[in-house]
Amino acid sequence: MIIPDRTVRTTCPYCGVGCQMNLKVKDDYIYAVEAPFDAAPNHGMLCVKGRYGTDYVKHPGRVRTPLIRANRAEGRSAKPVWREATWDEALDLVADELVRIRTTYGGDAIASYASAKATNEDNYVFQKLIRALLATNNVDHCARLCHAGSVTGLQLSIGSSAMSNSIAEMENLDAFIVTGSNTTETHPVISNFLKRAVRKNGARLIVIDPRRIEMTDFATLWLRQNPGSDVAVFQAMAHTIVKEELYDPDFIAHRTEGFNEYLESLEPFTPEWAESVSGVPADSIREAARIYAGAERAAIYWGMGISQSTHGTDNTLSLVNLALMCGHVGKAGTGLNPLRGQNNVQGCSDSGGLPNVFTAYQRVDDDAIRGRFESVWGAALNPVPGLTATEMIDGAHSGAVRGMFVLGENPMMSEPNLEHARHALEKLEFLVCQDIFINETGEMADVILPAVSFAEKDGTFTNTDRRVQRCRAAVPPVGQSRADWDILSDLGRRIEARLGATLSAGFNYTHPEQIWEEMRAVTPDFWGIDYARLEREGGVHWPCPSFDHPGTPFLFAEEFPRGRGKFWEVQYGTNSELPDAEYPFNLSTGRVLYHWSGSTMTGRSRLEDIYPEAVCEMHPDDAAELGLVTGDWVNVSSRRGTITLRVLVTGRSPRRTVFVPFHFAEAAANLLTLDRIDARAKIPDYKNTAVRIEKTTRPAGYDEGYDEHLFDRGAIKDPVQIH
Amino acid sequence: MTELVTLTIDGHEVTVPAGTTVLNAAASIGITIPVVCYHPHLTANGLCRVCSVDVGRRLQAAACVTLVAPGMVVNTQTKDVRLARRTILEMLASAVDLSEAPHLQDLLLEYDADPERFAGFEQRHTPVYDDNPFYIRDYNKCINCWRCVQVCAEDAQYTFALNFDGRGFHTTIGTFMGDGMPDTTCVFCGQCVGVCPTNALKPKRQAMLEEGYDPDDIFRQTRRGGKKKRALVGE
Repeated sequence: MIIPDRTVRTTCPYCGVGCQMNLKVKDDYIYAVEAPFDAAPNHGMLCVKGRYGTDYVKHPGRVRTPLIRANRAEGRSAKPVWREATWDEALDLVADELVRIRTTYGGDAIASYASAKATNEDNYVFQKLIRALLATNNVDHCARLCHAGSVTGLQLSIGSSAMSNSIAEMENLDAFIVTGSNTTETHPVISNFLKRAVRKNGARLIVIDPRRIEMTDFATLWLRQNPGSDVAVFQAMAHTIVKEELYDPDFIAHRTEGFNEYLESLEPFTPEWAESVSGVPADSIREAARIYAGAERAAIYWGMGISQSTHGTDNTLSLVNLALMCGHVGKAGTGLNPLRGQNNVQGCSDSGGLPNVFTAYQRVDDDAIRGRFESVWGAALNPVPGLTATEMIDGAHSGAVRGMFVLGENPMMSEPNLEHARHALEKLEFLVCQDIFINETGEMADVILPAVSFAEKDGTFTNTDRRVQRCRAAVPPVGQSRADWDILSDLGRRIEARLGATLSAGFNYTHPEQIWEEMRAVTPDFWGIDYARLEREGGVHWPCPSFDHPGTPFLFAEEFPRGRGKFWEVQYGTNSELPDAEYPFNLSTGRVLYHWSGSTMTGRSRLEDIYPEAVCEMHPDDAAELGLVTGDWVNVSSRRGTITLRVLVTGRSPRRTVFVPFHFAEAAANLLTLDRIDARAKIPDYKNTAVRIEKTTRPAGYDEGYDEHLFDRGAIKDPVQIH
Repeated sequence: MTELVTLTIDGHEVTVPAGTTVLNAAASIGITIPVVCYHPHLTANGLCRVCSVDVGRRLQAAACVTLVAPGMVVNTQTKDVRLARRTILEMLASAVDLSEAPHLQDLLLEYDADPERFAGFEQRHTPVYDDNPFYIRDYNKCINCWRCVQVCAEDAQYTFALNFDGRGFHTTIGTFMGDGMPDTTCVFCGQCVGVCPTNALKPKRQAMLEEGYDPDDIFRQTRRGGKKKRALVGE
């Protein structure tokens, strides 16, 4: 039996639930992960990723020294030849290049990705460096690619985009809607609380999702709408609520505006009409409306299925309308909850990793706010909101963007239409990646700066329900890698020297706590949270304006940030690429339980062993028509590209829709997806792509070493059959 | 207002809300009753009977599932209670490998139990199941506390991959039709591993480290042969 040298409490580096875990360390090796039972939010539970997927920390492929590309002349798509460099050399090169681009083309020629995996402190220093030293607001992160639709919709209607409830409130639900979220796979621990609400407390669950996800096994009602017809179902529910007078007139009168105009626009959205476009029986829509409106405490939980669409903002607005008319927001156990997908995607947005806002959504185009940041940072700041992530790629393509700084992100896996993204990145004059591995984007970089993983650094993460929690170093950094905030501070000082500027708040940090202190000084919503308090309480839900404030588990009790909640008219229609004769299938992309994002981490851990390859999930009738059985190889092609992978026949997919996880570089779903975006949110349409499917043979040399059937490979199986 | 109940535990009067277990009532005045199968965050089942106490009836009561009653007189350390606990511990020690259960080792000492008392009686012999990349199952160390079954079911995960298998002395924890874990509904959350009191369930990384593999070896063991992926990063 092993006695651990030390046990370190930290926060899980995977999805947005923010599970607390104890890393058990022996000889600087994390040999086991346990979950403390006495700590929110997970109370002893973890999922497979948190409990077993942290071995990437000691992966032999970690970047150990700064690397400089030696074959720059061959172009970015050539196989890179790396030369090991010293920190001084690498950072000087990065500083020289960034300053050169700033002086030659202006700061707006530099674009940057902040990281939803790095800490709040890392992201704060990063956006400060970009805004204060490079004079541009071109900083964005992957929230653009996941929840921009939700953020924009929520900002328009209530003025705040965070999840309105805490995870603890899931115990108190009477009824709830889960839509566009495969919760058991993407937020496993949250799904356990939701299942408990159903099984132990008798809450009624309405699942609105085209796929037969595991949550449907727990549902009172499952509405299986045609992909992309979400708005029709939600609007028809609103129609029923109005016709049957199930709404909350008090709440509408005192807390909202625009209801009467909205009523008029609602007239054509009858349940019968919705049945004709969505395929959901009108009576089921009415039943769902009655359950939701009639419940005392009802909440809505949603994921990428709602936001990743050309009408992602409309989807969100129609959900908000439902909540506003029933008064299901602003009380414990009621609310609007976009489930965030990454450990610190909430925190990265909160720390200013967005092109239009500083910390905690303080706008860059507000003179008073900008003035305050200018005085603290001692630099003139650009008042014009910067480019969004999707626009940065287009900017690189058009030449408006010349240099790019990517912090712990992988746009070459996560951007839609990867070929386009590749051509765009090829045109850059300078690309620097700061990461723990050389991922698909790193392959194209000029310089790689080796950062440390979550287990090697201190800082804070903010989880999906706005709970700020500590991340603590458990093992020493591998090689010469350094914490992100430390690298960025060093780089900041070098850029300052080249610009001849000396900032009053400088980049002279020696511990992340100093960064947090600066951050809370410029952010009223964080003022009541400091490291000592986090140490005592485990975590605090922001907004928390003072030390005697308890934090805010649920939002909007008195007022919405924009004053009154606004009903927005929603039109039904889509700009998505629809299946046609040539490309007859609809492709939906998403996650599986065993992998996470671009699989930079999970693909280098034990998780790879149980889910080693991409599969294309297909309905049995479609498979029969094409003469396919599970394990057959297919080419899935769209107008932009082709990927080759195996078929998994399962009733989980609806007819004419196939599902491909986006985790796998060798069958990258985003080679197929279209870079068409929601006009307001700029979020790509990852859930709707028209594709063609053709049987093929195994690619040469692809998978020597596999002789067992696909079903015998770990966890790849028909989820409908086994459940 | 919750109804309150007054009872006597080891001569001390204590008043607690109705519905409290004897175990928690005792804990509220600092009296510790030993437990083995009980876990404060899971449903209690009174399986192991190590928490048995004298409540004035012919049969001892399992404190973890017995609710307080008005006027109840509880004794947690009578001669008979200690004898019962000692015998249970001795029988567990004779049938099961408790070498990695420090809590049970402590109890054996505390109750002056002789692990050899039933030596030579039937012992548990099962294969060690090493059928997935995440954890191993060694039921030679299992005391059937039922925690793993419960977290797999309604106490946490609602996955229902584990249950009891067999009868009588040969009762063990198993899967449907004895399938390997990857063929069950298991999602490898490891809640079961997190609550196992005897290390019968153990993370595979930990098991391999104990067997003497170094971390790099442990890493290599999990990679599937022939997989031509990520060749570019030199793995």
